[in-house]
Amino acid sequence: MDGEQSLTEKYELFGCIQCGRCSAGCPISLNSALNIRKLIREVTVHQVLEPIYEQGELWDCTTCSICSLRCPRGLKPHEVLISIRSILAEEGNVPATVRDALEETFKHGNPYGQIRSKRFEWATDLKIKNFSQGDRAEILYFVGCAPSYDPRLQEVSRALVKTFTQAEVNFGILGNEENCCGNEIRRMGEEGLFEMLRADNIKLFHNHEIRHIVTTSSHCYNTFKNEYKDDSFKAEHYTIFVAELIQKGKLSFSKEIKKVVTYQDPCFLGKQNGVYEEPRFILRSIPGITFVDFERCRERSLCCEGGGGRMWIDASDSGQRLGEVRIREAIALGAEIIATACPFCLLNLEDAVTTIGLADKIQVRDIIELVAEAI
Amino acid sequence: MQFNLNTLVVGGGIAGIQAALDIADSGHKVYLVERQPSIGGHMIQLDTTFPTLDCSECILLPKMTLVSSHPYIELITYSEVEEVSGYIGNFKVKIKKKARYVDENKCMGCPTCTEYCPIKIPDAHNENLTTTKCIYIPFPQAVPNVAIVDPAYCLFLLRRECQICVPVCKNKAIDFKQVDHFVEVEVGSIIIATGYDPFDARLKPEYGYGIYPNVITSLELERLLSPPDSTQGLIQIDGRVPKNVVFIHCVGSRDKTVGNEYCSRVCCMYTAKHAHFIKERIPDAKVSVFYIDMRAFGKGSEQFYERVQKEGVFYHRGSVSEIYKKGDKLVVRAEDTLSGELIEEEADLVVLATGLVPRKDATQMMRIFNISPDSDGFFLERHIKLDPIATLTDGVFIAGCCQGPKDIPDTVAQASAAAAKALSLISKGEVEAEVATTYL
Repeated sequence: MDGEQSLTEKYELFGCIQCGRCSAGCPISLNSALNIRKLIREVTVHQVLEPIYEQGELWDCTTCSICSLRCPRGLKPHEVLISIRSILAEEGNVPATVRDALEETFKHGNPYGQIRSKRFEWATDLKIKNFSQGDRAEILYFVGCAPSYDPRLQEVSRALVKTFTQAEVNFGILGNEENCCGNEIRRMGEEGLFEMLRADNIKLFHNHEIRHIVTTSSHCYNTFKNEYKDDSFKAEHYTIFVAELIQKGKLSFSKEIKKVVTYQDPCFLGKQNGVYEEPRFILRSIPGITFVDFERCRERSLCCEGGGGRMWIDASDSGQRLGEVRIREAIALGAEIIATACPFCLLNLEDAVTTIGLADKIQVRDIIELVAEAI
Repeated sequence: MQFNLNTLVVGGGIAGIQAALDIADSGHKVYLVERQPSIGGHMIQLDTTFPTLDCSECILLPKMTLVSSHPYIELITYSEVEEVSGYIGNFKVKIKKKARYVDENKCMGCPTCTEYCPIKIPDAHNENLTTTKCIYIPFPQAVPNVAIVDPAYCLFLLRRECQICVPVCKNKAIDFKQVDHFVEVEVGSIIIATGYDPFDARLKPEYGYGIYPNVITSLELERLLSPPDSTQGLIQIDGRVPKNVVFIHCVGSRDKTVGNEYCSRVCCMYTAKHAHFIKERIPDAKVSVFYIDMRAFGKGSEQFYERVQKEGVFYHRGSVSEIYKKGDKLVVRAEDTLSGELIEEEADLVVLATGLVPRKDATQMMRIFNISPDSDGFFLERHIKLDPIATLTDGVFIAGCCQGPKDIPDTVAQASAAAAKALSLISKGEVEAEVATTYL
């Protein structure tokens, strides 16, 4: 690292007091060999870092960021880990599944290896303004990769379109021009590809004179808001936007959903962006819903293990999946539905329901699906 | 210029009491202003003091009694300094005396009015763990030992009902016609000893204080341990004796997430004391302490820490990240950083060692006395090493925790030093007019 800033210098790691609030708060620390506190120490004191980089558990981190939120010295352990991943990515030393996801994103603008011309397919039967066809609208609905291609998540995107249409929101989408936002790409260590996606997307937003973006995913929302560093547009997660529609009386409900509902706080919405109230406000506004919070909610919410590129990583950790822990907690609460507001939470929690065979007991829904059902 | 030989002491905790007594003992007049209905401050709430374990009341009450009977101390309780003008040697101080609704000269301190009063209110002296009545004496040995009416709850003051206390008082001391009024005093120097607030543990939501009844603060434990009132010294949570007790250090100290970067200096040792007492009162309890760095720097402190360790208290090097509930147990998540083991400790009582923070209204007080805050929000001293007692306003001194967190011995030492500073001005008897004089 001659001439370059070392990780210790860049992240001020000499300031670490090794208190262990990071490792103890880490959602995967009980199941994985990854100990973020110890990693910080090793990075700080060792001259030769290569052996540290060989630890497979570096890929277990979900980048939920609780380590950084809890750090009493204001350090950013999860950013150190992302930096280590980017050193590995530069050397091409990444798991095969990660390499594939990165390559697909480079080629097709999404990590799933789906072709670009099919990105808009989910919406071909819907009458939506399309910026790429020359339409103009006040708001860009940024669908995101998973909600564009995944059949289960397409239902979420459709619910969002139905809601926006009902509330007479003047919105459009980017159609086949839409690109990966790069949030997960950056967290898998491909800083260069992230920079490229960011530049492409910003150019696209500027070309279409986009000032206001609403996203399906809390992950897209996070990177637009915190990592794009462009103030020509405002990015909002749909829960913020829809809560405002309800508050302003632009959206009202005509049907009841008589269910006990709990809510999984997505890490990229709650912990990383402090959005705790809006999703709960929406759920409480839907007639018939009895809302119960998880015991561990808000700042203490348990990660679903879907972030940090984990959707493309075979993690080395063992033991019960946190999604399963969550499902059991929800059933103990008496909940019939776990609502969430993140595509990855939705997929992981649904997987957990199937794995433990409780599909007759509990459903996993995106908040917007419940909204669309009740209007 | 003539130097006014009277001194104002603001705050009636151990710092203010010590400073007032030192000056008054020299035969010079002291006005001691206290915001609360009784002097005593936080120290009177403590059960015992570390590391000697002597009873806090037993060492403080004699000093409080001396204050109340001292011919050179004019005690002005339930009052606040509103305005200060003038300069060194010649300060004019406007003090707001809040209405007690009880005549201090007539009340004999008997419990009759309290017994008759129908309204129960939280008992602040007991950290709101128990209740008292709306007309009450703050605690049995309060100074002055005079009742007070809480206007926020009194049925008569709120809606002209009740007044049951008035006729039962044999001395006709209860007077609902009282109103807040102002008094003015003139003094040559001022000693500020307004103390601290305990850190509000709700600002660390990951510990669940305010959500889980068995997560308590150390000051609350102090009241639970204190035998005369509260709970007779029986440690019970929900009617059960806790068998697994966890202490968490540095709650609200050394923590940038809540904006408090400093060490509160007393929590390591008061927690050692608490761990000792839990072990003593509940011998079969498992007691665990989670710490970041152990700071046992005072006289006798390291030896006390060793004693508590040998008594079987588990000291884990590692801070707690969060607490959640599993069934009826709390689960405390931490790492023992010495062994590298991740811990999920089940607990039925968690005690948060909350730090010391500047008083909520410290900024307002600083404005009144023309003093600046330091980087942590405490009162700024003239020189951090060579003059930690004076301020940048001539004739205004500071003592105790308003200057920064400290233990009782350091507080008393600083209070006596402030008294000595004031006395040296008094003894000279005049101030030289300087080219530049600070006017308030």
